[in-house]
Order: sequence, then structure tokens, then C-alpha cells
Amino acid sequence: MTMIRVENLKKSFGNLEVIKDMSTVVEEKEVICVIGPSGSGKSTFLRCLNRLEEITGGHVYIEGVDITDPKVNINQIRQDVGMVFQQFNLFPHKSVLENVILAPMKVKKSDRKASEKKAYELLDKVGLREKAKAYPGELSGGQKQRVAIARALAMDPKIMLFDEPTSALDPEMVGDVLDVMKQLAREGMTMVVVTHEMGFAAEMGDRVLFIDGGYIVEENVPKELFGNPQHERTKAFLSKVL
Amino acid sequence: MDTIVNAFPYLMEGLQVTLYIFAIAIVIGFLIGLIIALFRLAPLKILNWIAKIFVDAIRGTPFIVQLFFIYFGLNSLEFISLDNTTAGIVTVAINAGAYFSEIIRAGIQSIDKGQTEAARSLGLNSTQNMRYIILPQAFRRMLPTITNQAIISLKDTSLLSVIGVADLTQEGRIQASATFDAFNVYLILGIIYFVVIYLLSMLASFVERKFVLR
Repeated sequence: MTMIRVENLKKSFGNLEVIKDMSTVVEEKEVICVIGPSGSGKSTFLRCLNRLEEITGGHVYIEGVDITDPKVNINQIRQDVGMVFQQFNLFPHKSVLENVILAPMKVKKSDRKASEKKAYELLDKVGLREKAKAYPGELSGGQKQRVAIARALAMDPKIMLFDEPTSALDPEMVGDVLDVMKQLAREGMTMVVVTHEMGFAAEMGDRVLFIDGGYIVEENVPKELFGNPQHERTKAFLSKVL
Repeated sequence: MDTIVNAFPYLMEGLQVTLYIFAIAIVIGFLIGLIIALFRLAPLKILNWIAKIFVDAIRGTPFIVQLFFIYFGLNSLEFISLDNTTAGIVTVAINAGAYFSEIIRAGIQSIDKGQTEAARSLGLNSTQNMRYIILPQAFRRMLPTITNQAIISLKDTSLLSVIGVADLTQEGRIQASATFDAFNVYLILGIIYFVVIYLLSMLASFVERKFVLR
């Protein structure tokens, strides 16, 4: 089943055209890693997938629904599309547990008991059950990011978007977060991951998208894209990061 | 000493009136401030303009002129009839509302936009985002400035004595002429205001500590 279909996506900020023309398809249970230099438009691409950025042109279909259609209830769509941010964006005035149960209770109207039970399961999964009553300010970066993942999973999303989830972490914290993501991928979550972790992309990616200058320059299975890049720009980029 | 003993019960009556007016006006003022702040930040241009004109009009005119306009000016219209206490409450509320709105607007804008993005990505609509994510954080940040404005508004209520509201200051004026002891009456008057405001700021810092951002 096709989870995400992007057709001729365009996005401008004022006169600055960040995404010129991108098209791709993400199937169910696929893990897509998006790589490319800074400023290439890869984060913007990701943020168009749940319309955190208003889309300038083209179409994005989530499970067949065109989210560029203004009549679409985007809040409904977003319940199915979890997102994890580089800067975590945990709610600092709420405890870890409250962060995780907020959306299920307010958006899905689940009762507190069921939401908490689910939250504890998810905190178990990311290894942070004992931090349930802690506040975000008391956590390390890696712990914050794992809570952010649990928070997104609490809505039972069908797709997870990761926007450079390990870029703001100290090196020793990166592994814990990647482990959680790997487990998620193995469980069959459909994932789109913007990342600088080439190791993760090579190991977990079903496909890797190389984005540069507002285009998807090259798209292939990791082995091919990393081992046998076709485009000059891909080669140039990989020679710098590998 | 006699002055104090004689005047004190009257001053306490006046204090009740002052606190009553202050309490109602500050609550209404806060709601006005919140609405105007949301107008100011709304995507609709016309709402932005209404908010801006309102704030500029209040900020650009003296409190006493606003009071006279509402009490004497509006009352001169046939279809409006306000007693002096109501006019006073309305003026303090509107005046505080304008200043509150600027405080609230700044507070909302000070919250990182990543908070909104996280909330919206979870499916919260913009109202839920405001209610559960942005405003609770903004209010914690705003509390000291809000307290400051509340204190200014409390002091502004003393001007209501000019239109004959029997507030603390008005009672003080009456007692000063009744006892022929202006020095002591106004000294006590000042002390009472000071104590009330001091207690108010203590309450505010208690609340602040309780809700400190972790």
C-alpha cells in the first residue's frame, strides 16, 4: 500500500524557491532516509509531508488523501503522521508522562487511564519508564528525544517523520536514539528520516533519497546509492561525508 | 491617635470598595487583554487593526481623561446610564486590558515556535495549541509583568475618588477634612495602600515560585 505520494512538490519562502520539483512514493513499512547538504531543502521536504509548511505547488497524498486540498482536515491527517524534531520540542511545563498522554487525551479523547497505560508501555519501549514523573528540563538530550518519539507514537501513527533526530545530541547519546528508531523500523513502521547518520541510512534504509538544490537528485537502495552513485553531485557529497 | 481610631473604620470601608473594584476590573481587564492579544496575533488583518487602534488609544491618553470620557462623556448620551462605580470599573478594566494585551502578546510570541509545531504535528488544532501548550507557558513567563500592571491598576483606582466613588482615597479625603488632621490621615492612607500592594506582590511571587518553569 502506498503511504505517501509526492507529486511535483514545490515550496517557496517568498522569492526563495527551496523545493523546485520533487516527486517520490513511500510504500507501507518502508524506511526512507533523506540525505543531502544543509540548505538543500530536505527538512522542508519532510515538513511538507504533514503540511507544517504550506505547500506552494504540486500534491502530497497521505494514504491517498491529497493534503494540499484546502478542504482536507489536516488535524485528522496529522494524527496518523508522527513527527520527531531536531530540537525535541517537548512541552517543558508538562511532565514526561503528561507530554505523552496529552495528544491522545485532547485529540483522540481517550480516557486518562488508557492513555497512561499506553504511555507507560511506550516509555518502557524507549527505556524511560522511570522518568515518567520527571520534567523535560531534568532530562539529557538523548532522553528528551526518546520521550519525543514516545509522544509521537502515543497517537498510533501509521507514518513517522524524523527531522535530523540526532543532530542536536552529544555523540554518546546518538546510539540510544538510533536504537529506538531501528527497533521501530524492524516493527514495520513506515518512516521518513532526514539524517546525517550515513551509517543508519546504509543499515536501515530501504531507499535513500539524495536531495540537493531543491531536487531529489538520486534515489536508490543504500547499497547502490552509497556504493555506486550515478550523479556528480551525489559523488561530491558522499566523498565529503563518508 | 484619636484621628487614627476615628478614621480607621471609614478607611477600612473605603478599602473594601477599592478591593472590590480592583478585583472585578482586573479580571475583566485580563479577559480584555487576552482577547485583544489574540486579535493582535490573529491571521485576519482587520482584527490586528482593531487591536492596535484600541491599544494605541488607551496608551496615548491619560487615565483620568478615559475616566471622564466614560463617566461624563458616555453618560451624556441618552441611551447610556452608568453609575460612578460601574464607570470606574469599566475604565480600570479597559485601561488594564490594553496594557495586559501587550504583555500577553509579548508572552505568546516569546514561546519557541517549535512548541506550536510539535503540538500541531500531534493533531492539536490551533485553539488546543493555544490553550494547552502556548498560554500555560506564556503566563508563567508573564507573571512578573502582569503583577506589575495589576499594581499600577490598583493605584489607578484611587483616581476614581474624583468622580465620587467611595473608595479608599475618597474616604481618606473625607476623613482628612472631618478630622482636620490631613497629615496623619494621608499617612495612614499611604500605609494602607503600601501594605495591600506589598501583600499582592508577595502573593504573586508565591504563585511564581509554585509555577516556576522547570
